[in-house]
Amino acid sequence: MSNVDLARIQFAMTSIYHFIFVPITIGLAFLTAILQTVWHRTGRDEYLRLTKFFGTLLVINVVVGVVTGLVQEFQFGMDWSAYSRMVGDVFGAPLAMEGLAAFFLESTFLGLWIFGWGKLPRRIHLTSIWLVALGAAGSAAFILAANSWMQHPVGYEINATTGRPQLNNIWAVMTNPVFLWGYAHVLLAALVTGCVVMLAVSAWHLRRRSEAPVFARSAKLALVLLAPAMIFQMFIGSELGVVEGKYQPMKIAAAEAQWETCQPCSFSIFQIGGGKQDQTPTKIIEVPHLLSLLATNHWNGQVIGLNELNAQYQQQYGPGDYVPNVFIQYWAMRVMAYLALVIVLLGFWGLWVMHRKRLETAHRFLWLAVWAPVLVVLMNTAGWLLTESGRQPWIVQGLMLTKNGVSPSVSATTVAISLTVFFLLYAALTLVWLVLMLRYARKAPPPTVPAADDVTTPEPTFAR
Amino acid sequence: MTLPDIWFIAIAVLWTGFFILEGFDFGVGMLHGVVGRDDAGRQMAVGSIGPLWDGNEVWLVVAAAAMFAAFPGWYATMFSALYLALVLALVALIVRGMAFEYRNKDAHPRWRRTWSTLMTVGSVVAPFVLGVGLGDLLHGLPIGADQEYAGTFADLLPPYSLFVGLTFVLLCALHGATFLALKTTADVRERATRLTRRVAPFTALAVLIYITWSHVLSGKGFFPNVIEIAAVLAVLAAAWLVKEGKEGWAFTATTFAMATSVLVIFTNLYPRVMVSTLGEANDLTLANTASGSYALTVMTWVLVVLLPVVLLYQGWTYHVFRRRITAADLGDE
Repeated sequence: MSNVDLARIQFAMTSIYHFIFVPITIGLAFLTAILQTVWHRTGRDEYLRLTKFFGTLLVINVVVGVVTGLVQEFQFGMDWSAYSRMVGDVFGAPLAMEGLAAFFLESTFLGLWIFGWGKLPRRIHLTSIWLVALGAAGSAAFILAANSWMQHPVGYEINATTGRPQLNNIWAVMTNPVFLWGYAHVLLAALVTGCVVMLAVSAWHLRRRSEAPVFARSAKLALVLLAPAMIFQMFIGSELGVVEGKYQPMKIAAAEAQWETCQPCSFSIFQIGGGKQDQTPTKIIEVPHLLSLLATNHWNGQVIGLNELNAQYQQQYGPGDYVPNVFIQYWAMRVMAYLALVIVLLGFWGLWVMHRKRLETAHRFLWLAVWAPVLVVLMNTAGWLLTESGRQPWIVQGLMLTKNGVSPSVSATTVAISLTVFFLLYAALTLVWLVLMLRYARKAPPPTVPAADDVTTPEPTFAR
Repeated sequence: MTLPDIWFIAIAVLWTGFFILEGFDFGVGMLHGVVGRDDAGRQMAVGSIGPLWDGNEVWLVVAAAAMFAAFPGWYATMFSALYLALVLALVALIVRGMAFEYRNKDAHPRWRRTWSTLMTVGSVVAPFVLGVGLGDLLHGLPIGADQEYAGTFADLLPPYSLFVGLTFVLLCALHGATFLALKTTADVRERATRLTRRVAPFTALAVLIYITWSHVLSGKGFFPNVIEIAAVLAVLAAAWLVKEGKEGWAFTATTFAMATSVLVIFTNLYPRVMVSTLGEANDLTLANTASGSYALTVMTWVLVVLLPVVLLYQGWTYHVFRRRITAADLGDE
C-alpha cells in the first residue's frame, strides 16, 4: 500500500473513532445541563441524582474525546504536510480560533464543574455545565468551518508568487453555506446521539425496575427531544444534500450511483451493482421522482450523471478519474438515511408508550432502546463517510488532490508503524471505555447527601 | 514589529504557558507514586491536579494550532519531521490523560497500579519527547531547499536535543514537586518538600548546561545573560524556599525557571523558526513560513480579545481550587 493509502486509512480511522465521542459529549453535556437546570429550578432530588449520574458518563466520554482530538490536530502536519503548507493560511485560522474560543472554555469549566460540587455557589456551578456544553458545541463549529472549506473553498485568493490560497475574507469562511447547514446537521446529530444514549441507559434500568421513578424522568426527557430532533435533522440533512449537490455534484451523483444524467430521477431504495465496475445495476426497488426531490428540491429536477461530470472535470482539471468510490457513497447514504428512519420510529414508539403511561412495562420498546446507541454510532459514521469519501479524489475540492497533500518526507513504513500503534492503542481504549461506561451506566444514581456545604476548614496555601 | 513577529512571540508564549501549566501536572504524574506511599497519598497527589490538567493541555492544542495558522511552513516541516517522536508523545499524552480520569473509577489494586504506572511513564515520556522536539528546532535538522525533512529518525536525536529533553523532564519533576508541596498536606507534603530539595541541585546544573549549550549552538557567545542566571538561581532558591515553608514562593521560582528555559529556545531561534543543518539558506524563518497579513491580522484580533478572557477564567479556576487537599477531600466516586 502506498503512503497515501495508509495516511488516508489512518485519518479515517482516527476521525471515525474521535467522532464516536464527540456527539456523545456534546449531546450529554446539553442534557446534563438541562437536568441540572431542572434541579436548580425545582429542587427535586431525583434531578440532582440524574445530573450526577449522567455527568459521570459525560466525563468518562469527554476524556477519550479530548485525548483523541490531540491526534487529529497533530495529524495534519504529520501525515499531510504538503496540504498543511498549502492551505494553512486559510485552514489554520479556524483551528486556532477553536482552541482559543471554545476548547479552553470547555476544558476549564469541565474541571470546575466536576470538582466544583459544594465549592462553587450553585448558580455558578450550573453556569459551568452550560459553558461546558457551549464550549463543546463551539469547538464543533470551528472544526466544521475548517472542514467545510475543504468541501467548498471560499474567502480566499491565490497568491501569485506561492500559488497557495490565502485568506481574504474570514466572514465568507464562517458563513460558507456548506458550513451553516453542515453545522446544524452535526449539532442535531449530537443532540440525537445524546438523547439515544440517555434513553438507552434509562431503558436498561427500567427493564430491571431499578430506580424506575428516577429513570422514567430521564427517559421522558430523552424521548421528548428525540423524535422532533431526528425529524428536524432529516430536513436539515436533505437541505445539506442540495447545497452540497450544488458545489460537489459528484458527491451526490455518486451517492445515488447515478452514472447517466437523468430528469426526473428516481431513487433506488436498494440495488445490486452499479459501483465502479458495472455501471448498470439491477435495481430492486425504485421510487420515482424522489432523487430529483432530494438532490434539487424540485419534482422534476435534473441530476447530472457521474460520466458527464467526470468528462467536465477532465476538461477543467486535466486527465484523471474524478469519481469517488461509488459503493461507499451509495451505501453510506442509505445506511445513514435508513437508520435515521429507524431512530424516528423508535422515538415515536417511545412517545406513544409514554403517552399511554406504559413506558416502564413496554419491554420490547425498552429492549430496542438499549441497543439503539449502536445504531446511532453507525449512522453518524456513515454520515461522515458520505461527506468525506464523497470529496475524493480532492483533499480541497477543486484546489488540491488528496494524493498531492501527503507528507513527502514520511515513508509508507513510518505511517504503517503509527497506524499500527494507534490501532492497538485505540482498541485498548475502547475496551476500557466500554467497561467503564457499562459499569457506571448500570450503577444506581448516587444518593444525595444532605445539602451540607463543605464545613472543613482548609488551610490557605499561599501564606506565611 | 511586524505581524509575523507578533505571532512568533504569541507562539513562544503559548509554549511557555503550556510548559508552566502542564509542566507541573507532568511532574505530579511522574512523582505521584513517590510522594504517595499508599493509595490515599497517591489519590491526594493526583487530586491536586484533577480539575486543572485538562485545561492545561489545551495550551498545547492552541500552540500547535497557532503554528499551523500563522506559520504553515513551520508546522508542516516540524510535525512531519518529528513524525515518530510525535506518535510517541501522543501515545504518552493519551495514556496519562486517561489515567487521570480513570484511575479512581475502580478500587481494585491492580487497576490502580496499572493506571499509576501508565501515568508515571506517560508523564515522563511526554515532556522528554516535546523537549527533544524543541531542542531539534534550535540544533537543526537536515532540511532541504524545498523545506522538507531529509533525515531519518536517528537524526532527531542529537546529544543537544536529548539533553534538552532531559532538562525539561527534570524541570517538570521539580515544578511538580513544588506544586505538590504547595497543594497537599501531611506526609505527602513532607515528601514533596524533600523531593524538591533533592531534585533542585541536579535541575539547576542541567538548566545551566542547557542554557550555555544553547548559546554556543546559536553562536551567541558562552555566558548566560542575567535572566538566565536568575533562572538557575531560582531553581536553587526553590529548594531553600520549600524548606522554609514558603511553598508559594518556591512554586513561583520554579515557574520562572520553567518560563525562562522555554524562552531560551525561542530567543535563540529568532528570526529563524527551524534551523537546517544543510546550510543556512535552507533555514526556515519567520519570513519564509508565515501566513499572509490578512490571516495574521484576523488572528491577532482573536488573540487580543480572547487570550485575556481565557487567562481570566483559568486564573479564576486556580483561585477556586487554591486550597490544599486534605485527606477529608478524598473518596471514591
